[in-house]
Amino acid sequence: MTDLIQATSPAPEAGAGPRRRSRSLTGEAMAQLGRSPLVWIALAILVVLAAMAIAPGLFTKVDPQRCILLNSRKPPAYGSWFGFDIQGCDVFARTVHGARASLSVALLATIGSTLIGGVLGLVAGFKGGAIDAVISRVTDVVLGLPTLLGAIVILATLGSSGNGVLRLALVLSVLGWATEARLMRASVLQTREADYVHAARAAGASSIRIALRHVLPNSVAPLLVLATLSLGGYVGTEATLSYLGLGLQPPVVSWGTAISDAQPYLASAPHMLLFPSLVLTVTVLALVLLGEAVRRAFDPRSR
Amino acid sequence: MTGYILRRLLQFIPVFLGTTFVVFFLAWGMPGDPLAGKCGDRECPDAFVAAATEEFKLDRPLIVRYGYYLADLGRGDLGRSFTGRDVSEQLVAAFPATVRLALLAVLIEVLLGVTIGVVAALRPGKAFDTTTMMVGLGIIAFPSFVIANLAQLVFGVRLGWFPVTVSDPTSFAELLLPAIVLALAHQVTLSRLTRSAVIETMQSDYIRTARAKGLGEARIVAVHALRNSLIPAVTYVGKDIGGLLAGAVVVEGVFNISGVGGLIVQSIRSHDGITIVGAVTVVVVAYLFINLLVDLSYAVLDPRIRYD
Repeated sequence: MTDLIQATSPAPEAGAGPRRRSRSLTGEAMAQLGRSPLVWIALAILVVLAAMAIAPGLFTKVDPQRCILLNSRKPPAYGSWFGFDIQGCDVFARTVHGARASLSVALLATIGSTLIGGVLGLVAGFKGGAIDAVISRVTDVVLGLPTLLGAIVILATLGSSGNGVLRLALVLSVLGWATEARLMRASVLQTREADYVHAARAAGASSIRIALRHVLPNSVAPLLVLATLSLGGYVGTEATLSYLGLGLQPPVVSWGTAISDAQPYLASAPHMLLFPSLVLTVTVLALVLLGEAVRRAFDPRSR
Repeated sequence: MTGYILRRLLQFIPVFLGTTFVVFFLAWGMPGDPLAGKCGDRECPDAFVAAATEEFKLDRPLIVRYGYYLADLGRGDLGRSFTGRDVSEQLVAAFPATVRLALLAVLIEVLLGVTIGVVAALRPGKAFDTTTMMVGLGIIAFPSFVIANLAQLVFGVRLGWFPVTVSDPTSFAELLLPAIVLALAHQVTLSRLTRSAVIETMQSDYIRTARAKGLGEARIVAVHALRNSLIPAVTYVGKDIGGLLAGAVVVEGVFNISGVGGLIVQSIRSHDGITIVGAVTVVVVAYLFINLLVDLSYAVLDPRIRYD
């Protein structure tokens, strides 16, 4: 069966035309990324946001928890760029300090779902047989459940206890790994039949060694691309869940909680909602642009 | 084809069991007290714990309880909320609004997505293509609840073009703005898919033949190209209904629509766990059935795909 496919598919050289083969696939992808101005803009935005998350003190000296009710709902003015929210807290300070919680959830959820999906996909693709069948069916089922609905059920059931950021990241990882697993499995299935894997097997390498040293490094690229893309999605999901009252809860400061607090006063004090939303949108946009660029750079067909 | 339909129906059984088990497990099987959050903000009283242990058979193994849950689901019994209202009755009352909203949103999504996709494909890389792509990225980056709130503020409150909230029972006119908001983000992927499919089709031999015959460009696009480009679009719309239903939770919450999504949002606010689980179960089961119907419709719609 595989021989038939290999025999009928055109040889890779045909139609490819002259191409410089001086760089590796990764090197070429990186070079392509470096040439795009959008990538640099997105990276610059993300560096600023990361600095906000790590050291919010660099951006504002105002304490986000020090709120003066007298200032409630005051519009933007000199000294308070983004105005004040309903409790009289500085919106700019809260937006800056909210970066840490919002970005932590997205980063942890991405790491969690990539790890779960990556391991399951690797095992399913490498082992095949009954293990593959079981993992693939479970993947289908989890994939069929919209993340938002699943998260609503878990979070509504768990009640609000424990560390909000960790709990939310864990819930999103448990629900979000299926796409990763499916992608990783497909990628491993391709790599598994490569000549160097057969060579390693013939040389007597153990299964675990082949899986970790030969198959994993050569099949992990699509997974990392997907991880970049899903970061932006998780920032949005955190905000949506916090907005519904299920994600992060006050006193944790995050963009989602800020937007959620501001929603009832949208008509009279739109600045309370506008500024955190704007920062959230710019973040997601930067992540999506970066993810798209990375995906295109690593996809040989789009060259 | 009959064989395909039968096989697809058989495949549906394990997926249905698996998905309902996941929802059941998320609600009742996670580590921790399964009754936490089921009584609103306060601790459950002892009498409730005793009654709930009896009613939900909490002293039995998880798999046995899943059996009871399935049996209850089959009878349409989704339990009672902690205020004593029957969850199924609430859902039956809420369903028409959600169905209307979803239908309208799918209609708008297809109209917008296919039109934008086709127009962008005719001149790829030109102004319209680039503009719609940038606007699309912007729409995706905006969380839907922000778009919903802004649309409500601008078009509902300030300009007064649309009603701000929706009455019960709803009319299609009132649901127009919420449906547009719901369709906006989903339309982006659809238009990109349609665009690449049309670009590919326009390069095929039979389009060249049609040109050689001297047919007008409009007829070539509308009759020859579009029809064969729509298959990925139909697939996407079918698979996307789950995301649309999840998005409806947020949109119904913002516009105060008393549909299933609005019911979920209200139940979250009143910490009514049993209603949430019931409503999500019904949405997920509805989504599974819609996917089944979409898959089955291929066997009828697309003669090029053989199912044997």
